[in-house]
This record gives sequence, structure tokens and C-alpha cells, in this order.
Amino acid sequence: MAEILVLVEHVDGDVKKVTLELLTLARLLGEPAAVWAGPGYSDIAKGKLAEFGAEKVYVADSADIVDHVVAPKAELLASLVASRAPAAVLVASTAEGKEVAGRLAVKTDSGVITDAVGVGEGLVADQSIFGGGVNVHSRVAKGTPIIAVRPNSTAPVPATGAAAEEKVDVELSDSARAAKIVERVKQEKGARPELTEAAIVVSGGRGVGSGENFAIIEKLADSLGAAVGASRAATDAGWYPHAFQVGQTGKTVSPQLYIAAGISGAIQHRAGMQTSKTIVVINKDPEAPIFEIADFGIVGDLNQVVPQLTAEIAKRK
Amino acid sequence: MNIVVCVKQVPDTATERKLRSDDKTLDRDAADGVINELCEYAVEEALRLKEAHGGEVTVLTMGPDKATDTIRKALAMGADKAVHLVDPALHGSDALSTSYAMAQTLKKIGFDLVILGSESTDARTGMLAAMLAERLGAPQLTLANKVEIGDGAIRVQRVTDYGFDKVEASLPAVVSVVEKINEPRYPSFKGIMAAKKKPVQTFGIADAEIDAAQVGVANAWSEVTDFAVAPPRAAGTVVKDEGDGGVKAADFLASKKFI
Ligand SMILES: Cc1cc2nc3c(=O)[nH]c(=O)nc-3n(C[C@H](O)[C@H](O)[C@H](O)COP(=O)(O)OP(=O)(O)OC[C@H]3O[C@@H](n4cnc5c(N)ncnc54)[C@H](O)[C@@H]3O)c2cc1C
Ligand SMILES: Cc1cc2nc3c(=O)[nH]c(=O)nc-3n(C[C@H](O)[C@H](O)[C@H](O)COP(=O)(O)OP(=O)(O)OC[C@H]3O[C@@H](n4cnc5c(N)ncnc54)[C@H](O)[C@@H]3O)c2cc1C
Repeated sequence: MAEILVLVEHVDGDVKKVTLELLTLARLLGEPAAVWAGPGYSDIAKGKLAEFGAEKVYVADSADIVDHVVAPKAELLASLVASRAPAAVLVASTAEGKEVAGRLAVKTDSGVITDAVGVGEGLVADQSIFGGGVNVHSRVAKGTPIIAVRPNSTAPVPATGAAAEEKVDVELSDSARAAKIVERVKQEKGARPELTEAAIVVSGGRGVGSGENFAIIEKLADSLGAAVGASRAATDAGWYPHAFQVGQTGKTVSPQLYIAAGISGAIQHRAGMQTSKTIVVINKDPEAPIFEIADFGIVGDLNQVVPQLTAEIAKRK
Repeated sequence: MNIVVCVKQVPDTATERKLRSDDKTLDRDAADGVINELCEYAVEEALRLKEAHGGEVTVLTMGPDKATDTIRKALAMGADKAVHLVDPALHGSDALSTSYAMAQTLKKIGFDLVILGSESTDARTGMLAAMLAERLGAPQLTLANKVEIGDGAIRVQRVTDYGFDKVEASLPAVVSVVEKINEPRYPSFKGIMAAKKKPVQTFGIADAEIDAAQVGVANAWSEVTDFAVAPPRAAGTVVKDEGDGGVKAADFLASKKFI
């Protein structure tokens, strides 16, 4: 069976959830082979990759790979595409994952599909476009299919793999080192999950009323182990940082559960969350368009409903 | 400094967007064309860099005839001139072909700095800047929320999951910008009038030495096999808060096993 390369997303030596999703998907398409780029490969990481079915792990652990923007990862993958002839390459459809995919596509003269929400037989991808309005089947016609898959598209399912380690040495070209990362600045974000990866997202909009009042949104999020999101009205007002904006010019999220409080549901907001599996809405205006896509909606004041819901969740734990 | 800013015309998100039933490409006639919002931030950043360091700002657009409206908008904001890459052969190009055609054009017109938006609102692949950097062999300084030029170097803050990376390179370079890097200016009346007289050069594929076999829907590296309008979400339950809205929401979450 041909290999399916999966670019591992990792932080502090630990494998991110989206990679486990990609491995789960890769098992249906061929033999999953994980690609670890950068330092920090550990027994913990190996254990996780094995648990979710990686038969092989290509490890390229030089610091050079992560000290330059994107290009080294594409070079690493391109060398593996040339030497292993995989059936496909899967990456996470995050801002950086898509950039890696783009450069890899140019290097290997291969087609690339972004924002896939599923991949089926014959490597046909499902894409959800125009903010969830149209469902598309697409496929790569030339080269090695490169598919960027949206986080939360598949539930990770364990299945043991050998995770046989194979070291890879890459000689980075000068052009791969052209943009050097001179400093990494970690901004405080507490213990909450990554917005695009989170299984549950709780978002607040203009109806929250102030930056201080976002505390009630955060408390609800924390009671569910969720990430916090915000509408553009809220980020424009400076109530919440732009990095947490959901929508057309913000992040696209596709969680199991999306809770929208004080958000009207403008098309540009919906473009970033419409493919969420379950949507719960809290809004005082029964005419708000967001109710059209709600699985469960409460017409009411979020200042009453949100704290009550948080308390109720705590009670039932 | 010779700054080229890439500006895309996209269908207005407020109108209904469709794919064509014949070749399954975006129906650009069905909706009003507007400037891709993130491209406005790119134009603004280009203008600020020109104001600080001197030079010239050229708009580069690949798109059908009607994309001239979008070019005029960028010129009205203050860009000096434009190149419009327009050719029937380019219709339906995917990201590989688009980046190829744009890279060929950039090689022809020359640049010290290329600035793009980080994403378009129609296709949203977010790959163009990275692909151009790859094709041009220029450093990739993408997803920037801050750009500085000085001492022969360019420095940007690249937005990441955890905060940002400080990135450094030398010119020529390719930059993409995220929302909120700046506040795009509104074209003034004077700017709008002046834009009418600014030079817009039209390039066909031959002018940019673009190989016809590498562009267009028939030569795309990826293809849409079929599509369908998404079925509307099944109507959900909506209840009015009568003092127990939070409890009812918790009941719903419990029924779905979220708690
Ligand atoms: C090109 C473009 C790109 C855009 N990109 C994005 C994007 O990425 N993300 C995004 O979100 N928007 C985006 N927008 C903006 C979008 O059009 C809307 O303006 C925005 O989403 C509105 O945010 P909101 O729902 O929080 O605010 P509003 O539309 O003002 O809605 C506030 C809602 O809160 C309710 N409310 C008020 N008080 C309470 C209360 N006490 N309790 C309960 N409910 C209450 C109101 O009934 C109302 O429905 C974009 C717009 C454009 C033109
Ligand atoms: C719904 C949809 C889905 C698609 N999915 C795919 C896919 O999965 N794979 C694929 O290969 N192609 C895909 N395409 C084709 C793709 O849209 C075009 O190749 C497009 O021109 C480049 O991608 P983008 O708009 O996503 O660029 P992005 O990378 O999202 O745009 C970033 C920036 O690039 C610049 N830019 C982009 N296009 C132009 C232009 N024509 N002229 C000037 N500047 C420009 C702008 O500065 C813009 O802000 C898709 C098209 C549609 C309509």
C-alpha cells in the first residue's frame, strides 16, 4: 500500500489533535507515514503517533527547519515526495499549513486542495465553499495530491501503528533560509485550547457590551473546556484580540459545538463557523439571522442566560 | 522602492455566490465585483511604505475586464499605476496557474517588494503569497501585522497560533498582510478624479511570456468534479428565556452529550 504523508503539527513536543485526525483519515487512504519537522521528537510524541496508526515516522529534527518561515518544511516534504512517492500528502488547513501546501505544490508540480472537510475514495476531497453555501467534490488532476484538511473534520480514532522511526537529513537551500525567525513572542492565552482546533467554541459579539463583560463568555468557555471566539464587531471595538475573530476575515472554525452569544449572524461571520456540527445561539432579538442556523436557540439577555448556563454546567459535572 | 501590490476582484459576499454549471468555475458575472477586503489593507501598507521610504506603488490584478473597477479603486486610494493581466486563456486558473501567471508578470515588471492580502474572500486558499515567494525565489514574509524597512532589511511580525514571530529578511521580498495591520484610507474625491488619468497597462499572456498550456480551467492541476448547493440546516428549536434559559440550554447540551 502506498504511503500517505501526514505533516505533524506539534507544540512543546506534543502532537496536536488535528494530526491525530489526519492520521485517522490517512488510514482509509493508504499507509500513514508521519513527518516530524523540527526539534523535540520524544517518546511521548512517538507513542501518540503509534496510537493513531502511523506506521512510519520521518524525523527531521534540525532547528534550522523551524527557524525559517515555511519554506524548509516544504523542502523537507518535497524531498520525501521524490524519494518515497507517496499516494498523497495531508496537512492541516491552517494558515501555515496552507502555505506549506502551496510551496510544496509548486516544488513538486502537483495540484493542491485547501479547506477539505473530508477525503474519500480516489482521493476525492469534499470542500465546503462560500461560507458553507455550496458543497464541492474536487480532486487533484496532476502530480501527487496535496490536501489541506480542516481541523475537526474527522474524529480521531486509535489504531495501533509501528511508528518506525526513520531519520531524514535535509540540506536546506539558501532560498529556504531567506526569511529568518529571529524571535518567537508567546502571548498569554492561558490554558484554553487553540481556536481552530477546539472541539467547542464559545463566541461573543457586540451584544456582550464591553471587554470586561467578555469574562462571562470566558467562564462559560472554561466550564466546557472550550476556546473563546469573537465577532468582528467585538474585535473592532477592542473588546477581544483580533486573533480570536471568527469569520471571513478571521479564523474558520468547524467545531463539534459552537455557542454564539450576542452575535447577529452576518454572512461574513457565518462564513467562519457555518460548518460547525451543532450550533447554540443566545440572542435577545428573535429576528436575528443567526437563529436560522441554530440547532438550539434561546431568545433572551445573554447577561442572564450565559451565567446561568455556566452555573448549571458546573452543577451537573 | 518599487512596490507591487496584488489586488483581487471578488464577488461581493453580501450577494449570492455561485459556480457555473458548464465549467464549474466561479460565476463572476452573477455577483457584483468588489475589491477583496484584505487587499485594501495591502494597498494601505504599500502606500505607507512609499510615504516613508519613497518610490512607486504599482497595482497588479489578474482578472476579467470588469476587474478594472477594482484597479481604479486601488489607484484612487493613491497607487501610482497598474498592470491588468487579462486574457481569456486565464479563465478558471487554479492556484498553481494563478501564481505562475502572476510570477511571470512580476518578473517582467520588476519589484523590490510584493504585497498581498493574506486571503481572498472567494477562494480563500491563502496560498498565493507563499507560492509567489517560492516561484520568485524571494523571502516569504507572510501573515504580517507589522512591517518595517530599514538598514537594507525588512522585518515583519508574523501572526502565529501563540502570538507572533519576528521575522527578518533582505529585499526583494514577498509580504502578505492580515486584517487590522492598519486602517485603509477612503479614496478622496481628488483621488477618485486622479485615478481616472493614472496609467493602466494591459498584459495578455504573450506580453508576460505565460505558456498557455499552464493556465486556464482545462490545464488546472486540481478540478471540481461536481457540486451542489448545501441543504439548509434542519430547523432547530428556539425557546424564549423565561428565567430558565440557561437551564434549558444545559438540558440541550446534556441531550447531545456535551456535558
Ligand atoms: C468584507 C467584510 C468582512 C467581514 N469579516 C468578518 C469576520 O471575519 N467576522 C465577523 O464576525 N464579521 C465580519 N464582518 C462584519 C459583519 O458584517 C458584521 O458586522 C459582524 O459580524 C457583526 O458582529 P455582531 O454580530 O457581534 O454585531 P451585531 O450585528 O451588532 O449584532 C449584535 C447582536 O447582539 C444581540 N444582543 C445585543 N445585546 C444583547 C444581550 N444583552 N443579550 C443577547 N443578545 C444581545 C443583538 O440582538 C444583535 O443580534 C465583515 C464585514 C465585511 C464587509
Ligand atoms: C470556491 C473556490 C475554491 C477554490 N479552491 C481551490 C483549491 O482548493 N486549489 C486550487 O489550486 N485552486 C482553488 N481555487 C482557485 C483559486 O481561487 C484561484 O487560483 C485564485 O486566483 C488564487 O487563489 P485565492 O484567491 O484563494 O488566493 P489567496 O491566496 O487566498 O489570496 C491572497 C492574496 O493573493 C492576491 N491575489 C489572489 N488572486 C489574485 C489575482 N487574480 N490578481 C491579483 N492578486 C491576487 C491578493 O493580494 C489576495 O489578497 C478555488 C476557487 C474558488 C472560487
